[in-house]
Amino acid sequence: MLRSRLSKVACAAQRAFSTSPKALAAKQMTVRDGLNSALDDELARDDRVFLLGEEVAQYDGAYKVSRGLWKKYGDKRIIDTPITEMGFAGIAVGAAMAGLRPICEFMTFNFSMQAIDHVINSAAKTFYMSAGAVNVPIVFRGPNGASAGVAAQHSQCFAAWYAHCPGLKVVSPYDTEDARGLLKSAIRDPDPVVVLENELMYGVAFPVDETVTDVDFLVPLGKAKIMRPGKDITIVAHSKAVETALLSAAELAKKGIEAEVINLRSIRPLDMQTIFTSVRKTHHLITVENGWPQHGVGAEICARFMEDPAFFELDAPVWRCCGVDVPMPYAKTLELNALPREPDVTAAALKVLGKK
Amino acid sequence: MLRTLSRVSELPIIVKQLQKNAAQAGVAKTNNYATEATVQVNRPFKLHRLEEGPETTVKLTKDEALKYYTQMQTIRRIETAAGNLYKEKIIRGFCHLYSGQEACAVGMKAAMRDVDNIISAYRVHGWTYLMGVPPLGVLGELTGVQSGCARGKGGSMHMYCPNFYGGNGIVGAQVPLGAGVALACKYKGNGGMCLALYGDGAANQGQVFEAYNMAYLWKLPVIFVCENNNYGMGTSAERASCNTDYYTRGDALPGIWVDGMDVLAVRSATEFAIKYVNEQGPLVMETNTYRYSGHSMSDPGTSYRTREEIQEVRQKRDPITSFKELCIELGLITTDEVKAIDLKVRKEVDEATAQAKNGTELPVSHLWTDVYSNNLEPKLRGTNGYDIDHIQERKGVNH
Repeated sequence: MLRSRLSKVACAAQRAFSTSPKALAAKQMTVRDGLNSALDDELARDDRVFLLGEEVAQYDGAYKVSRGLWKKYGDKRIIDTPITEMGFAGIAVGAAMAGLRPICEFMTFNFSMQAIDHVINSAAKTFYMSAGAVNVPIVFRGPNGASAGVAAQHSQCFAAWYAHCPGLKVVSPYDTEDARGLLKSAIRDPDPVVVLENELMYGVAFPVDETVTDVDFLVPLGKAKIMRPGKDITIVAHSKAVETALLSAAELAKKGIEAEVINLRSIRPLDMQTIFTSVRKTHHLITVENGWPQHGVGAEICARFMEDPAFFELDAPVWRCCGVDVPMPYAKTLELNALPREPDVTAAALKVLGKK
Repeated sequence: MLRTLSRVSELPIIVKQLQKNAAQAGVAKTNNYATEATVQVNRPFKLHRLEEGPETTVKLTKDEALKYYTQMQTIRRIETAAGNLYKEKIIRGFCHLYSGQEACAVGMKAAMRDVDNIISAYRVHGWTYLMGVPPLGVLGELTGVQSGCARGKGGSMHMYCPNFYGGNGIVGAQVPLGAGVALACKYKGNGGMCLALYGDGAANQGQVFEAYNMAYLWKLPVIFVCENNNYGMGTSAERASCNTDYYTRGDALPGIWVDGMDVLAVRSATEFAIKYVNEQGPLVMETNTYRYSGHSMSDPGTSYRTREEIQEVRQKRDPITSFKELCIELGLITTDEVKAIDLKVRKEVDEATAQAKNGTELPVSHLWTDVYSNNLEPKLRGTNGYDIDHIQERKGVNH
């Protein structure tokens, strides 16, 4: 069900662009395969790159993101760790300080809390503390945010926590192109990068052309993408919430409202220029995220509008759609109501536009 | 105790009984000046899961004697200067002194090869100097001026130089980091190892055991070194650890207990350990030592231990005094040479102290310099707005 809705969304997005021969020649690739191929490319390209984490090798990855890599690259490059996040994150950071390019996988970012001291104090701050002597070229990656039915301790979104810290870069891919291109850029970047994937997106296929499958395809860090152009209202989202935003844009289109949907791709740096430019056109803005509201991504975007001349382009206040401010429940109905869905986003858009 | 002394230059070995150290010594002499001696390590090593341990009979050349004495004395003087600067409020924040522990660092460094690495916690002024930063680089960092090795941006706990990974402020964090450096050595195949140092206080950290475990499984060339000075801040080892035999805490990992006040014992143990970790896998080394100062400059260090205890160690087990006396007894160095070194070191450190006091801080633009090796932020936010441009001066050694 989810896939057919998504292919509808993908088609809706595509209809906005002309059907070139390239688009027609596009093949389907899941987000998982986008990540897998990114890892494969970068392992082949640079001997210093290696992957460590729980179940990444012989199990082929808890979510099969690293499928086939251990068979191809062996024990030296793909390393299974015991269930000791603080220890293996520290080992990964130490290896990065000493010149390697580790990719440290957290089975989910919930477990990164056990290792967060190494992400922040050992990785993010070291370049500055050493006055530019020691950079830490490490990638921390794994699924972030809500999955389905995994309850409170396994459903938290860490975008706001990591994006708070200078010295880190934080990206949050939505589709296959995002996942593949951002992960490749992250691995090649000389600073610590946190890659917040989404488990529910792993199995979703998107059309990709041969530029995307090219071995040097990169999506630049710090740049947002306009998924769907529009003139009436800007909807900004990241990760899975981009899908919700696109569904809402399709609903709004039925009412004659053309929404411009921006996929942030990066949380830090935050591409405010793309959002300001969009709002100069649409004069209305809402943000959509699955994370909690307080001190979240949407809150940051609101604050930035307050401090920029683009504030005067707004015809109405910015409004946020966020995950409900409660720990994630297990029961299905409760869980469904805990995250913003298309009707919530559409209602917010209509409210901001002053329409019913 | 009898002393037999033969001054025939072609006799390579002369046996001498030393009163103070009860050590067996042999001395090689040419022209009535000793150039090399053979010494017995004073206190025996204790071993955990090892059939054989480090050499108890070690050689010491005149050059080495001069070098180790100079290094230990320099560390002592740097730390004394730092303590004084702190009392004058020219050093701020944290300042953890190594006085009393010199033999640990100097002994380990003596065994290290160019390809080897070391990482430690915050009591690192001595290590920073040993790894190649001159006294001004250390003292200047402490006073926060440009001549500091991190140009004043790191401070006491964040000093770095090639093969020395700090300087780490979070207790225990440096241990898995050190195992990671060892992983890089093994991965690159450069034959190097990493010493990962921590104290008796940090020895109970969970991540230390996580690092032991993975180092063992992956045979990482890391020597986990517990510098046990008997106190974790104000908490004695007995009050913090159910098992104070820190060299056994690695469990499956073999361990060695060393008298950390004996620079030659530490050197011998480290030589053994380097060979072991390159051939077999990680091990744990406990250097039993003592710090004269409190935990840091904010701690007088007398509320949880007696002044008598501190005095006793100073009088009976000081690493520098006992090494000096040993070298003099062996005829490797003369009291005149010792005096000359003392004067030279004092002068060097005093000059560095003056320069550190009078140095200038970095201009304010360095507040927003080198936050990232590859900056992508269009603007950085200052206190009042997005009005700062990131400045790139360096790219970092791993760019």
